[in-house]
Amino acid sequence: MSKVLMKGNEAVGAAAIKAGCRYFFGYPITPSSEIPEYMSKALPEVGGVFLQAESEVAAINMVYGAGGAGARVMTGSSSPGISLKQEGITYAAGAEIPCVIVNMMRGGPGLGSIQPGQADYYQSTRGGGNGDYRTLCYAPASIQETVDYVMLAFDKADEYRNPVLICADGMIGQMMEAVEFKENLNKNLPAKDWATTGTKGKREKNIVNSLFLEAELCEDHNIRLEKKYKLMEENEVLYEAFGLEDADVVCVAYGTTSRIVKTAIKLAAAKGIKVGIIRPITLWPYPYAIYKDINPNCKGILGVEMSQGQIMDDIKIGIEGRMPVYFHGRTGGMVPTPAGILAEIEKIAGGTK
Amino acid sequence: MAKGKVTFNDDACKGCELCVTVCPKQIIKLNKEKINSKGYSPAHVINIEECIACGNCAIMCPDSVITVERL
Amino acid sequence: MTMVYEKSKGLTDVPFHYCPGCTHGVIHKLVAETLVELGVLEDAIGVAPVGCSVLAYKYFNCDMQEAAHGRAPAVATGIKRVHPENVVFTYQGDGDLASIGTAEIVHAAHRGEKFTTIFVNNAIYGMTGGQMAPTTLIGQKTTTSPLGRTVEHSGMPIRMSEMLATIDGAKFVERVSVDTPANIRKAKKAIKRAFECQIQGKGFAIVEVLSTCPTNWGYTPVKALGWLQENMIPYYPLGNFRDFEEDK
Repeated sequence: MSKVLMKGNEAVGAAAIKAGCRYFFGYPITPSSEIPEYMSKALPEVGGVFLQAESEVAAINMVYGAGGAGARVMTGSSSPGISLKQEGITYAAGAEIPCVIVNMMRGGPGLGSIQPGQADYYQSTRGGGNGDYRTLCYAPASIQETVDYVMLAFDKADEYRNPVLICADGMIGQMMEAVEFKENLNKNLPAKDWATTGTKGKREKNIVNSLFLEAELCEDHNIRLEKKYKLMEENEVLYEAFGLEDADVVCVAYGTTSRIVKTAIKLAAAKGIKVGIIRPITLWPYPYAIYKDINPNCKGILGVEMSQGQIMDDIKIGIEGRMPVYFHGRTGGMVPTPAGILAEIEKIAGGTK
Repeated sequence: MAKGKVTFNDDACKGCELCVTVCPKQIIKLNKEKINSKGYSPAHVINIEECIACGNCAIMCPDSVITVERL
Repeated sequence: MTMVYEKSKGLTDVPFHYCPGCTHGVIHKLVAETLVELGVLEDAIGVAPVGCSVLAYKYFNCDMQEAAHGRAPAVATGIKRVHPENVVFTYQGDGDLASIGTAEIVHAAHRGEKFTTIFVNNAIYGMTGGQMAPTTLIGQKTTTSPLGRTVEHSGMPIRMSEMLATIDGAKFVERVSVDTPANIRKAKKAIKRAFECQIQGKGFAIVEVLSTCPTNWGYTPVKALGWLQENMIPYYPLGNFRDFEEDK
């Protein structure tokens, strides 16, 4: 399998097409505009359709229609643009429409900045729309992982008939790395006989809908959806972890920030401090169970994120108060440095934190 | 001689009287002796002999209550 | 014995929830009859956004998608781009199309999306209980214009057909009314032509249908038809604003 050097945003488009996505609806926004740009050229070449919508709101609703009509469909944007899509995402969850939404996160809140950020963690993992719904949420740390998880996202979206989020950040969108497109598609996914394709006189009408005016029916619907979400929690958790069994300090980080943390870990090792890491790959469902593997003499956990600490709630849930937790982060588009992280590690390890 | 046969799906009628107003022969009224499952008095033809089978009533009815056939 | 009128096969047997005398029902019939008469019912995919007519997804006897308020044109765009050979339509109220969904309808027309929009204008928000809509007339009392709508406070009622007719991608734009059998027959002709515009691949087609809201206007169904004739038709003139040339 030959590798090709690609920019993250374009690799997202190439991976989606490789996964059979033939429809993309998007809107320009830094730092993810190369996704629609790439798709506007590449999709027509494979008989697909790219359409620039009048807004992110319209784009996610085009995704709703196309996904509800049985197509593999994707949209991409960055933080404020993703905020505009939240209503569409909860509608797609309610109507059980498979689709993939890529967020190249940037500094917030509001217009924020155009540099990388991770301050959409709450929105992505708790849901930015109304109602009890969940979405699988992958946080790739490299362009290769982005390609792998975009492709996986299409299978999981179809498998669970649910939207799937890719939570990357501006760095991944703008960076270039060598990637390959592995053939790992799930062939035994069920047919989309629920989709609106026209009855052709051969079946009862299909309805794609999230409205249930009768409360009993709406609750039944929620109970049905909850079963799906429980399955996701049982089967879809992905993470990377090492060094927990003898760590003096454990860091928790995801996406590109985890790579900076790994550099800090090496710097700490050179100073004789053993540092482990937990890297959630699925931000939801979250890998709470792995926290049990942290050795009891560990002096503390350091959460590191490009935010003001949104990562901390899940860390506290995971560790259940067994040891102190700390946060180090940069936000607004600023990126943490290995030295900055190392300084915090040394304080925790030296007990001066 | 009646030119039309007009049938009403009584339980679908909401007693809105739109049919009453558009019948050119003014031969449709709400049947006050009857109450349908919705609690409305359904419309009916009071003098079928004058019906010209124009179909206005059926066209105007929002709920497809009325079927009209030309004899 | 010849059949003059019977319930259309384009409608399911679910009874309409609409208020007595609400002419949504009449418009549903016209769309259903048109789909059957054009022989496209089995290819049809409809989009019903939020409003009194959201439950149209139960009433039309074809595949339906329920859309977020104002977003039906975007949903329909997604469907039509995936299934260009199907007949796609949206059925929208004035709160949906002329207020929250204005951008979506304008851009669907601007792109010349090949679907058909049935736009029901009853000058009020029905489902939520009678609030002012962008199409509410000057002086018209609603639950959010209790003293009557004024130009100074909330501008003049919006004339969507005239506005959309300025957009090149809109190949068929007509305003009709369903207040009399004669007008209903004309409305059906326009609706049929709007679907033909799609079937012949000309571009975006819309029929604005003046309709009543007896409950929220506070009139009997019959009186509501009169109010429509005296007040709405003068401000919203009926007629064609754009038509397409037939395939030669």
